[in-house]
Amino acid sequence: MVIAASGLRLDLDIFDYLILALYFVTVLGIGFAARAAIKTSADFFLSGRSMPAWVTGLAFVSANLGALEILGMAANGAQYGLMTLHYYWIGAVPAMVFLGIVMMPFYYGSKVRSVPEFLRRRFNNSTHLFNAISFAVAQMLIAGVNLFALALILQALLGWPLWLSIVIGAAIVLIYITVGGLSSAIYNEVLQFFVILAGLIPITIVGLVKVGGWNGLVDKVRDTKLGDAALHTFSNTATSDNPLGANWIGIIFGLGFVLSFGYWTTNFAEVQRALSAKDMSAARRTPIIGAFPKLLIPVVTVVPGLIALVTVQGLGADKGDLTYNNAIPLLMRDLLPNGVLGVAVTGLLASFMAGMAANVSGFNTVFTYDIWQSYIRKDRDDAYYLKVGRIATIAGVVAGIGTAFIAAGFNNIMNYIQALFSLFNAPLFATFIVGMFWKRMSSWAGFWSLASGTAAALALYLLYLGDVVKFNSDLEESFWGAGLAFVTAVVVALVVTMFTPAKPENELRGLVYGMGGSSTSSETIISGEKVWWRNPVLLGAIAVVLAVLLYIPFW
Amino acid sequence: MADEARTSKAARLFDVRRVIGGLFVVYGVIVTLLGIFDNQAEIDKAQGVRINLWMGLAMLVLGLLMLLWLKLSPPEVPEPAPEEQTSAE
Repeated sequence: MVIAASGLRLDLDIFDYLILALYFVTVLGIGFAARAAIKTSADFFLSGRSMPAWVTGLAFVSANLGALEILGMAANGAQYGLMTLHYYWIGAVPAMVFLGIVMMPFYYGSKVRSVPEFLRRRFNNSTHLFNAISFAVAQMLIAGVNLFALALILQALLGWPLWLSIVIGAAIVLIYITVGGLSSAIYNEVLQFFVILAGLIPITIVGLVKVGGWNGLVDKVRDTKLGDAALHTFSNTATSDNPLGANWIGIIFGLGFVLSFGYWTTNFAEVQRALSAKDMSAARRTPIIGAFPKLLIPVVTVVPGLIALVTVQGLGADKGDLTYNNAIPLLMRDLLPNGVLGVAVTGLLASFMAGMAANVSGFNTVFTYDIWQSYIRKDRDDAYYLKVGRIATIAGVVAGIGTAFIAAGFNNIMNYIQALFSLFNAPLFATFIVGMFWKRMSSWAGFWSLASGTAAALALYLLYLGDVVKFNSDLEESFWGAGLAFVTAVVVALVVTMFTPAKPENELRGLVYGMGGSSTSSETIISGEKVWWRNPVLLGAIAVVLAVLLYIPFW
Repeated sequence: MADEARTSKAARLFDVRRVIGGLFVVYGVIVTLLGIFDNQAEIDKAQGVRINLWMGLAMLVLGLLMLLWLKLSPPEVPEPAPEEQTSAE
């Protein structure tokens, strides 16, 4: 096994390429068939509202199972050890349950099509515009992460230099979007979910065999530079003296509450999946059903990260092939024979491509309808906006090439993405949660709370980059950045509301807790479905209890 | 309710269980066959685990279960709608 010198190369044979080709033939086939059957965009949207909960639930978790999750969480596993589990059990599951139980009645019941649209109705145009712009920027930056991940795989397959892989990767995504891969996004995501798992599970199995089972892994991890601390989640968090460099306050409040609730409850791409469910009950169960696989996904991300830590010599370099980001591709190279290797490559390529396509289409939709049509050129015909959308798609892909190089500058992309979330999602969550439960909150309070929260997180991030403010790790910065954004946004919301008029109550129906509209009353939120196994509150409680129980062996 | 009838028809045509089942049966067969004929080098690479064989069989079973599920509980038949229902089949 020659490392570094030979570079990261995956040797695929004809059968691997056959597996890859079959996947894309299937996906594009569905795209064409869906196009033939569904005539207009309105039809497509309605067809979305017909999905059973298990489909939207898997699509929900799959929309999240992209580059960040697979490369990033394995990278974190290798860099921080089992503390990475916090991203799942405290950083995802409670927020997914909260989305299903508390927030979904507002989203689904008010029949909005997007998160920015909800803001326009609850607050005003300025809030809407601010969020639309910051959403568009965030999508471009995240598209870069997905493109970078896609390029990493292309580079490993074909041996091209990174810049060429990025450009070719962008061209492939553009073709994929144009051919209509997006019209069947939800189907693809559910299919992808299974293909990715079929590719990742063998890495965990073969890797564990190699290191001598779980006990062998534990013994070997103790001998690494992380040492025993890599095998605990909470026991070293009284101070910041642990691999993550964060204490329990930062973990629970920053990651578990603000970052995670911000990401899961206001993320357009995620919420959209639940809005496709066939009825309110299915919509509420969507994120909760997604929480159950989410509990177990660390087995195929964090565990391989640890395996890479002990089996790949020199992992953790600042640049080159041995960065933490490459943990999974390196294991694929070392452990997977042709056959399952093809499945794993297919799963990763599909996921990163679809991830970037989703970012670009999110950008394109918001730019065309929420920015261009709403504020710049109103009242043109459909063909005009279709053209704007096409140009926005191309511009989005080109911008993604630029942001991919930003992402390539980070040794661990997960840290980069957490910094982005602390800027974009944390203040949004604060504005949302106050606006949903406090009917007095005024329209302008919405705008100023969002703007000041974003500004506060951005200021802290810049001060950290400029070495003015010190943190133990990038992650600790993002926890505190998110916390600061949240507190600022809430305080500003309270203060501005004091000095500005409230919105008339009849405009708030269905948008604010307790304001008319049967979907947002407390009875609906608590009760839900009669059959126990369809009851969101009960299912959610089970998911949270399981998350707590899972922590016990890794305390 | 014409819209709903048409959309549930589309949902039936593209039932995701059919797509997953079909693809995984094909993948399962390919990977199982590779697993049966794996040479020693491939088995050694996977630390002595016949991973192609096991994953192939697992994917085949998953695919068949999806198709079986589709057969046992077909998607709901759309309500008869007043408008024409001829497209897309």
